[in-house]
Amino acid sequence: MDDLLSEFLTETNESLSVLDVELVKLEQNPNDPELLSNIFRLVHTIKGTCGFLGLPRLERLAHAGENVLGRIRDGAVAVTAGAVSLILECLDGLKSILAALEATEAEPAGNDRDLIGRLNRLASGAGSAKAANASASLPAEDLLETPSILRASEDKESAIAAQSIRVNVDLLENLMTMVSELVLTRNQLLQILRSQKDSEFGAPLQRLSHVTTELQEGVMKTRMQPIGNAWAKLPRIVRDLSRELGKRIDLRMHGAETELDRQVLELIRDPLTHMVRNSADHGIELPADRAAKGKPETGTITLNAFHEGGQIIVEIADDGRGLDVEKIKQKAIATALSSEAELAAMTDQQIQLFIFKAGFSTKAEVTSVSGRGVGMDVVRTNIEKIGGAVELKSEAGRGSTFTIKIPLTLAIVSALIVESAGERFAIPQVSVVELVRAAANSEHAIERINRTPVLRLRNRLLPLVSLRELLRLGERDDQAETYIVVTQVGTCTFGIMVDRIFDTEEIVVKPVAPILRDISMFSGNTILGDGSVIMILDPNGIAASTGEISEGEQAPPGETPVRSDPREERTALLLFRAGDSAQKAVPLALVARLEEIDVKQVEHSSGGPVVQYRGKLMPLVPLDPAYAIRSAGRQPILVFSEHDRSMGLVVDEIVDIIEESLAVELVTDRPGLIGSAIVAGKATDLIDAGYYLTLAYSDWFRAADEMDPKPKRVLLVDDSPFFRNLLTPLLAVAGYEVTTVESGDRALGLCEAGEDFDVIISDIEMPGMNGLEFASAVRGAGRWKKTPLVALSAHSSPRDLDRGRAAGFDDYVAKFDRDALLSTLSETLGQERGAA
Amino acid sequence: MSRDEARRDFVSVTIDDQLFGIPVLQVQDVLGPQRITRVPLAPSEVAGSLNLRGRIVTAIDLRTRLGLPPRSEGKSAMSVVVDHGGELYSLLVDAVGEVLSLEVAAAERNPVTLDPTWREVSAGIYRLDGALLVILDVARVLDLSARASAA
Repeated sequence: MDDLLSEFLTETNESLSVLDVELVKLEQNPNDPELLSNIFRLVHTIKGTCGFLGLPRLERLAHAGENVLGRIRDGAVAVTAGAVSLILECLDGLKSILAALEATEAEPAGNDRDLIGRLNRLASGAGSAKAANASASLPAEDLLETPSILRASEDKESAIAAQSIRVNVDLLENLMTMVSELVLTRNQLLQILRSQKDSEFGAPLQRLSHVTTELQEGVMKTRMQPIGNAWAKLPRIVRDLSRELGKRIDLRMHGAETELDRQVLELIRDPLTHMVRNSADHGIELPADRAAKGKPETGTITLNAFHEGGQIIVEIADDGRGLDVEKIKQKAIATALSSEAELAAMTDQQIQLFIFKAGFSTKAEVTSVSGRGVGMDVVRTNIEKIGGAVELKSEAGRGSTFTIKIPLTLAIVSALIVESAGERFAIPQVSVVELVRAAANSEHAIERINRTPVLRLRNRLLPLVSLRELLRLGERDDQAETYIVVTQVGTCTFGIMVDRIFDTEEIVVKPVAPILRDISMFSGNTILGDGSVIMILDPNGIAASTGEISEGEQAPPGETPVRSDPREERTALLLFRAGDSAQKAVPLALVARLEEIDVKQVEHSSGGPVVQYRGKLMPLVPLDPAYAIRSAGRQPILVFSEHDRSMGLVVDEIVDIIEESLAVELVTDRPGLIGSAIVAGKATDLIDAGYYLTLAYSDWFRAADEMDPKPKRVLLVDDSPFFRNLLTPLLAVAGYEVTTVESGDRALGLCEAGEDFDVIISDIEMPGMNGLEFASAVRGAGRWKKTPLVALSAHSSPRDLDRGRAAGFDDYVAKFDRDALLSTLSETLGQERGAA
Repeated sequence: MSRDEARRDFVSVTIDDQLFGIPVLQVQDVLGPQRITRVPLAPSEVAGSLNLRGRIVTAIDLRTRLGLPPRSEGKSAMSVVVDHGGELYSLLVDAVGEVLSLEVAAAERNPVTLDPTWREVSAGIYRLDGALLVILDVARVLDLSARASAA
């Protein structure tokens, strides 16, 4: 028998038994509204389920019964013995049909016109309760036209109902706990046995062990349900949708028997439904459109579930139109999720991922089905909440495939057991990428930059966290932590340093006690096979607690990042690759344009490659002298421009544009590099644009000088060497003579030394004397009293502006706005000249 | 008044030679020395977690909670497991004594001069023969945030 049908029979028989009792109670307490509404709800559910399963006879009868109850509930019909009898009669009718259904898996022929008629009369109030009473005394045989089958099974307990029972989930959970404890005890006994040879307990203990294992499996199974249960409603939904939308859709389901934990099943039910709706609404085209494209008129949505590597994979595929990258782009710009320049640098795959952002829907009109812009983001959030992931593959005109990967169960996870300072911890295996053993004389050695440990791992700089320091487990010999668990959280990868690594174990995750819930490092605790309690580390919490590892988009919604720390200021970076495999980055503000040139256009002039660009010759500079321009095809270049000069930096591939908080980690001596930072979870070289500008035009800066015979002197006060390096070439190119200092104190020192500047640019957030204090000091007294002061800050709210003005700044510029800085400078100096 | 209402039963425990009473209705279990797993970053009162027949129980060291010096080396603690809001906690004490049935009416208020930390967790004092017994208010003992504000 169909699972769905047998479940329905069990449930409905139960409801009917409850109804029998409740109705009798109602007869005794006709004015109990709670009782009445409970009865109404039960009958309503039966009706609804019948309709869903396509059982019209049952549905009609239940509907008539529900009508009467509805009238009673509204007070239009009184609760009389007659009315109750009639409803009970209706329930008996339902029961007989159910019995037949159970025996033959089909509704018995015939109808219940007479009974329904009487119920309707009662409901309409036309037939008085008395009339109903009179007719209710008729024997049931007269009312039902197929009495013979029905009578036979009427008094028997439903056989299906007797085969399965409903068990409270708590009871199952409790059983699971007891079994876990039994397993632990068994393990302890086996351990003892191992040390005693020829024990008479050997044989019985082996038996106990087998039984325990089977018991454990059995109890685990009680929690498992086929994924088909979450799919049960989909055929109906797709059918209704295709009618509503005028489409022809065939829904195919494979692997419905794949089992997963009931808790997980509940959590993916809604996301799955939503994705299938989306496929039907957005994906599948109208029959005419499909025919025009040479596809069969009937579209197909395929659901496929299977096990793979301890996970469940669910694929939702359609053969529809696929995602429209252009539409997504327009929408992304319209909703200000991204800018045109950013989109231009993205791959189609990256653009498609926008559909997972909140408030995104490409469907122009909102239908009742989808297109309301709440959806895919919720789907992704829900799936990620249970430790799953969604992937998307889409091809224009060919359809889309969503792949959901979910853990088998939430309660039992595979975890790596590690040790640090004598304590053991579990790390969920899903976040572990690899294990590395670091030794001082091997290729994997832990190096330190200002006490921060890092590891060179295949051309990447992997940031490390010491578990001992993180958890304040106390100081020990520094050499001890030599194992590195490479962990990935979202897009960021880092290494956790531990003393020892044990085995992987299947652990039962238990929540931590309420008083320990504030500790974000742990996601739970568990009991190991040897009976000891250990804490489960939460890689998310570790990533979040480590300042250097930016959580990026992993930050939960609603939490606005605190931006008091200047290191957390976000810079738009252009990521690209050139030469070696290391990712490289340059601040987007410095790049004028991204171009792709045909290598055939590359000519050679005065010893270097050039290309004709906007009516001029533009020199091309490879990032690395050893690295040549491609011999054929198109060559991506980054164009840097100033005044009427341009330079093209030759790169391999433009990867992405991201906003990232920059923490420059390594300052290198290599020319052309400012330093290294972790960007998008990868070690990234930051390019010194100024260096390449001088390579292109050895006189670039001097030429700028010549444009203005008397260069204006600019004093730049900023504590960050990165920004000093960034802004100096920029200002130099614009024709200024730049002096940089790292603090307000130093700047005031220059003032006392008799230096004069045309304009002073100062950062606001600086250690020691901050920008506002510096401005007050400058304005307070001395030779710089009248020198224009421009503030440079990531904060540019009106309040910040006022505070800046009050302290003595003449103008305020957002830190990463190159154009604004330059125009402000020329304006400020222009005014100065006018005033002078 | 019936006997049930007039008297309350307490499990008597000793911490640093001081007698305390824990309401017997809240006590689930009394255990000997247990293997306790340290919980890093936890409040100092939390001695760690232990396994009580498959349930994970958080152990609170009452010596730390009451601001008393740590147990001397080699002396192991006894665990009194209490239920609070459906969660189990193990209160670590020096020794567990007998169950005392005491008259509700005989309880006295805390002396006003009592240390604030003690006053916070004490629900009253009993004058026994030869000793004073401090009634522990389990809910307040487990409310570590209140301790933080009092400190």
